Amino acid sequence: MTRGLAWVYLALAYGFLLLPVGALVLFSFQDGRLPVPPFEGFSLRWYADVLGDRDLMAALGNSALVAVGSSALACALGFLAAYGLARHVLPGAAVARAVLVMPMAVSTLIVGLGLLIVLNRLGVGLSLATAGIGHVVVNLPLCFAILYAAMGDQQRSAERAARDLGATEAKVILLVTLPMLAPALAAAFFLSMTLSWDEFIMSFLLTRFDVTLPVEIWSLLRSGLSPRLNAVGSLVFLVSVAVVAVAELVLRARRRA
Amino acid sequence: MTAPVTLEGVGHRFGEHRALGGIGLEIAAGDYVTLLGPSGCGKTTLLSILGGFLRPEEGRVRIGGRDVTAVPPARRPTATVFQDYALFPHMTLRDNVGFGPRMAGMGRVARHRVAEEKLALVGLAGAGGKRPHELSGGQRQRVALARALAVEPDVLLLDEPLGALDLKLRRAMQEELKALQRRVGTTFVHVTHDQEEAMAIADRVVVMNAGRIEDEGPPDRVYRRPRSLFAAGFMGETNRIPGRRGPGGLETPLGPVPLALPGDAARVVVCLRPESLKDGAGDWDLGPARVEEATFLGAHVRARLVPERAPELRLVAHLPPGWEPGAALRLAADPADLSVFPEETP
Repeated sequence: MTRGLAWVYLALAYGFLLLPVGALVLFSFQDGRLPVPPFEGFSLRWYADVLGDRDLMAALGNSALVAVGSSALACALGFLAAYGLARHVLPGAAVARAVLVMPMAVSTLIVGLGLLIVLNRLGVGLSLATAGIGHVVVNLPLCFAILYAAMGDQQRSAERAARDLGATEAKVILLVTLPMLAPALAAAFFLSMTLSWDEFIMSFLLTRFDVTLPVEIWSLLRSGLSPRLNAVGSLVFLVSVAVVAVAELVLRARRRA
Repeated sequence: MTAPVTLEGVGHRFGEHRALGGIGLEIAAGDYVTLLGPSGCGKTTLLSILGGFLRPEEGRVRIGGRDVTAVPPARRPTATVFQDYALFPHMTLRDNVGFGPRMAGMGRVARHRVAEEKLALVGLAGAGGKRPHELSGGQRQRVALARALAVEPDVLLLDEPLGALDLKLRRAMQEELKALQRRVGTTFVHVTHDQEEAMAIADRVVVMNAGRIEDEGPPDRVYRRPRSLFAAGFMGETNRIPGRRGPGGLETPLGPVPLALPGDAARVVVCLRPESLKDGAGDWDLGPARVEEATFLGAHVRARLVPERAPELRLVAHLPPGWEPGAALRLAADPADLSVFPEETP
């Protein structure tokens, strides 16, 4: 009896989480003008439409570019901060750590508005680069936290051993620290990428002519519902799932090695 | 390769805590030295100073006559076997052992040959393609040893290298370490808190306590004739018998001891090893005693004795098998086996 209830609860919980996605994907195949029941038949015409849309494809490319670029930068900066704070005794280290993770606690909207004001004052025009900067601000605390946590005692003592065996600081980082951190770096990078991939507020505030995919979708939404949007959404979802799957596979292969 | 090590007046503080003070020590080239002491005695701090991981606030460190006090670990003629082994988990054993030669600029082929050679030296021939996580604790320990030896250090530093191994493996590794040291001839400095390990393995034992050297010398001498009460107590079990200066010399509750009393302390502690007490006649007669408790330990019986002359005292003796609780005996000892120290003022 309780077992049965548990299964019902599980089904309800997953249904609640996945039903909207399922509906979105299902009606992206709608052979009709509206993505609402009844399902009128299976068609790939909306996908053809989306893939043939130059603006959407440009936005998709922009999103990928911003996601990869900002994640790489966030990982690099996060690594430097984590290495400095984990390996050296610095004055005000506790304050530095707190400031580094603070953006995580502040609303993206506030951070985005702040960036917008600063950029305006500096006379920097809005572009994909400014959106990328915004994503770095959002993702840096995450990358820092993941990498800082991974630089434990085992790693510290391996670095010490490398130094003892004659390695210079550069060689220690290149041959010991970075390879040992690879799983954490991969996790930080892929997580940043998925967050950047569907980040809307920063991108909306900090882009102008070249926009990322979520911003483009938002502008499409204003012209009303269409299975076309469902098709775009399904593609975005597919990319996110693919990134997570690749990350998981990479980490698992690492763990086995 | 090998070199002598000289420490002159080495001292260090961690904040308010004085970790080391006035350490002076000469280690001859090719010696196997153990730094022995309880945790917190400063032995690991001293090893860190030898390895260059810690720069002492006072004093000088010389290796092979060269002042290396301010030389970083990478440019010292030392190599360390760390307590947690600190192997590189992402590298094969060959690359782990070949890391030092690689840093010295040796080519791939040559350093792989060196690595295989060192792995063979520690009994891991042919395992160069494996990774550290495929090995047992004892094998990892050997890899750490091979990796440190691959840089041909003048001085090899070992930080509780056998601490994580089980007792049987530890005893076996002790013999191997000793044999290996004889073969390579490098000066070994080995930190441990296990006095049996220290005695079994070392040419010289350095007993440390509270940041100071209490005694140092060959294990046999330090065991039989320790220079301090602490060293006597830390190097194995000992009976402490209170004594005082009497008109005829040393007097104890167990009778006068035919021994000239050096120094001028009025109250002293007489230390006597359990194996020095025997049943029968001897130069120092401790009077009759009764066995209170006897533990059979194979080669001998560890007996707790109540001496009749001082029933509040308890003595521990190693007696031949066969002694049972309740048995009576007459205790005697050779005064040459005694160590006498001034009583510590608390």
